Amino acid sequence: MEKTLRLKAKELLESGEVKVVIGYGWNRSKTRTTPVFITDPADVDTLVWNPLCVNNLSLYLTRKYKEIKALGRPAIVAKGCDIRNIVVLITEGQFKREDVFIIGMTCNGTVYKQDLWKGELTPNIMPTKCHNCDVRNPHVTDFVVGEKSTFTPPEVPTGMVYDKVKDLDSKSQSERWAFWVKEFSRCVKCYACRQVCPLCYCERCITEKNMPQWIETSAHPRGNLSWNLTRAMHLVGRCTFCGECERSCPVNIPLNLINQKMIGVVKEAFDFKSGYDEKTHPPMIVFSPDDKENFIK
Amino acid sequence: MSGHTEHSAPTGGYEPKIMAFVCNWCTYAGADLAGTSRMEYRPNVRIIKLPCTGRIDPLFIIKAFENGADGVLVSGCHPGDCHYTTGNYHARRRWIGFKHLMEFAGIDMRRLHFSWVSASEAIKWVDLINKVTDEIKALGPFMEYKGLKATEAEQG
Ligand code: SF4
Ligand code: SF4
Ligand code: SF4
Ligand code: FES
Repeated sequence: MEKTLRLKAKELLESGEVKVVIGYGWNRSKTRTTPVFITDPADVDTLVWNPLCVNNLSLYLTRKYKEIKALGRPAIVAKGCDIRNIVVLITEGQFKREDVFIIGMTCNGTVYKQDLWKGELTPNIMPTKCHNCDVRNPHVTDFVVGEKSTFTPPEVPTGMVYDKVKDLDSKSQSERWAFWVKEFSRCVKCYACRQVCPLCYCERCITEKNMPQWIETSAHPRGNLSWNLTRAMHLVGRCTFCGECERSCPVNIPLNLINQKMIGVVKEAFDFKSGYDEKTHPPMIVFSPDDKENFIK
Repeated sequence: MSGHTEHSAPTGGYEPKIMAFVCNWCTYAGADLAGTSRMEYRPNVRIIKLPCTGRIDPLFIIKAFENGADGVLVSGCHPGDCHYTTGNYHARRRWIGFKHLMEFAGIDMRRLHFSWVSASEAIKWVDLINKVTDEIKALGPFMEYKGLKATEAEQG
């Protein structure tokens, strides 16, 4: 796959069809992959592809990265799950489909965290999303690299995240409160979860609005709760469960649980799953007069 | 005499603080009607008027709890009646998300209420406020939330 990938990257850069290829390369000690931005066709051998390619590179297509945008039209090496974020960005008018060349990688899963890698991809080191993945054959692409995957995801999604969400749902209100207060109390307000999320692209985040100070700046349980609730709320109907926020959290707050919970709510209430169709509006910017609820009195 | 006009002014003890975020055109007008009709109801509600339910950011609700509210009520025009045509339809979607999020976070949903109250529904408003106030009064102060600041102190 690497060979095809490099050839394609070379061809795209040489022809001038794209000005930069955003992909994965090795770090110096070859223990993990790191994003690379290739502008010179001579450098395409830097590109790699393996189960350590966990980063969701669609982040670099957002307006947070003006210097990358300035390079010119990009090609991006993307797994199906990353493409879901690209699709959301398109539906939110961040750029047009034709503004990016998508090199879709067929995928057999990645590791949850790079440090778990022992040289072999086993189910126990893969994140929940991979076990339920329906985009191992990438769904929106300009070019596909790799053999077709024959994997079919289980009919009812399974895995740690789903189990834990169900478990929390079955608990009492006060137990859930205790659970989250404890988890969020570790938050240090580093905002890595926001920084890494391809959908947190506001130029001025609510955390930076200080007239008034909407989100308390010090890391204490009350402000941490408001930050984490606000972050979750801003991603309703948008989050693709790519898992980058949780992966980047230095204190391991299980953000995937909240994300997945809200994905379930959106599915149930609006019959919508984000990141599949670049022509459908995200659910929170539209409405239906027939939206159902049973709690507004 | 119907329940809403009944005199049962709370006597002494704890009085909950309840914040109501309401739209200008329906619920505020409904509350105003209750006032001009001299209907009596529990005095625990602080009303904040906004142009439309579409302007009610969920963060307002979080801020209300942060600042010591024991309960929050959000209310606007009935679906189809929004002064700006669609503001409340958008708000309803947001509330659906927010309500489930708050529930998942373990907020006691008896402290957070959503309703549609039109400009003519003064009676509905009065009954709602009385009911919500009594329920929250029975629950007592929202110590879980207020206590979050103290948790910090404990941790040093
Ligand atoms: S979710 Fe699917 S596409 Fe993404 S890494 Fe896992 S298997 Fe690959
Ligand atoms: S899983 Fe996290 S990083 Fe990925 S889209 Fe959702 S909120 Fe953003
Ligand atoms: S990454 Fe974790 S610690 Fe940092 S702000 Fe987000 S939740 Fe808090
Ligand atoms: S004006 Fe009342 S909900 Fe929009």
